[in-house]
Amino acid sequence: MATREEITSGLAEILEEVAGVNPEDVAEEKSFTDDLDVDSLSMVEVVVAAEEKFGVKIPDNEVQNLKTVGDAVSFIEANH
Amino acid sequence: MSVTDVVVTGLGATTPLGGDVASTWDAMLAGRSGVTPLTAEWAEQLTVRIAGQLAVDPSEVIDRVRMRKLDRSEAIALIAAKQAWADSGLEGSGLDPERLAVSFGSGIGGAVTLLNQDDILEASGPRRVSPHTVPMLMPNGPAAWIGIDLQARAGVHSMASACATGSEALSLALDIIRSGRADVVVAGGTEAVIHPLPLAGFASMRAMSTRNDEPEKASRPWDKGRDGFVMGEGSGALVLERYDHAVARGARIYARLAGAGITSDGFDIVQPDPDCKGGIRAMTKAIQDAGLTGADIAHVNAHATSTPAGDMGEIKGIRAAVGDHPVITSTKSMSGHLLGAAGALESIATILAIRDSVVPPTINLDDPDDRLDLDVAAHKARPLEIAAAMNNSFGFGGHNVALVFTRV
Repeated sequence: MATREEITSGLAEILEEVAGVNPEDVAEEKSFTDDLDVDSLSMVEVVVAAEEKFGVKIPDNEVQNLKTVGDAVSFIEANH
Repeated sequence: MSVTDVVVTGLGATTPLGGDVASTWDAMLAGRSGVTPLTAEWAEQLTVRIAGQLAVDPSEVIDRVRMRKLDRSEAIALIAAKQAWADSGLEGSGLDPERLAVSFGSGIGGAVTLLNQDDILEASGPRRVSPHTVPMLMPNGPAAWIGIDLQARAGVHSMASACATGSEALSLALDIIRSGRADVVVAGGTEAVIHPLPLAGFASMRAMSTRNDEPEKASRPWDKGRDGFVMGEGSGALVLERYDHAVARGARIYARLAGAGITSDGFDIVQPDPDCKGGIRAMTKAIQDAGLTGADIAHVNAHATSTPAGDMGEIKGIRAAVGDHPVITSTKSMSGHLLGAAGALESIATILAIRDSVVPPTINLDDPDDRLDLDVAAHKARPLEIAAAMNNSFGFGGHNVALVFTRV
């Protein structure tokens, strides 16, 4: 089981690869769209990459609830 | 000059000869070829293993994250357009975005994205297909990205007329400014389809040169030894502006786009009319539109792609529409054939020929076709005072576009 820190760090790697986000800017309270400038299409890429990395299925109707990095960490922690 | 005259105030390009206009033009005047071997593994099985590959890869100019969202044809269109924009001096000039339009096309569009994503679909399934696929492959993508980058709000237009696309985009830009719909239009063409499928498709038509052992000699318009065109990739962009608008802001003016002529053959999907009837009508219309006569045209940058079937018809056409006096050239002998970008790049060459009083050479014209009875600037650039010059572009489907540029 990955810790919240490990999941956050994994998401930071994905966000850097897909959207050019500086890993140092990635923290649980940050909003994907408002703080990290991840556009809607790039968010789809983040979700698909996270599914592969953490072995989870993130349904499309769940994605809209993942506003912050912390939301995504909690979902992955609870479902992987 | 009247207020509805249209002038060229900015140029941009990234081509097999250079990453910008200056390096591309220098290479043309020096008679250098941009055609090189295709060294990728996929090329080994092809009958055509040469192409005019970009001198500067777009990934050297645009950052990695942005490149993920751009088809190569879109990336290089943005590079050329931003060069032209910077060159025009309009950057930060306070131009009303609602007076700025874009007219930019591609012959084939985002085919490489389509093919690459199909590979992903086959190998990994539909969920792995990039969400950027559609905006990367849509044919209006290059024009749309330019419009977003420059915040153009007077309309973004996408031409598609095969190898006449770049010139038709300039013709539309001329119409837009003349009609009063915009003061400035960023116009041009882009193409980037060096991929086994388009290469195999053109090769299956027997339209391409297979002179794989001598890449720099493969594109040889009007030469007896010509055996087809050489595919090139690249983009050319021009800033067209209403004359009085350019004068009011003290802009540097390269030339005037004085006239355009567009016709269609209604003849065959790929074969040009052997008598060049559609081409003659396009050239005649362009000269008339410019208020000139054939005698005024000192130089023609010909479409001449180095195919056995296509090159000689245009010679007849130039004789009929312009006369036997112009000094002609085919810069495709150096750049290869940039398909939808050809008309834009060759318009840039035509404009710079006027500016610098020199006709760029047609290289590889070692043994001219017996029917070549016009004066070609063979092998070496030719000094020539040029008050007016023409650029011809013809495309699969029977599209004919002629543009006339004049010295200001």
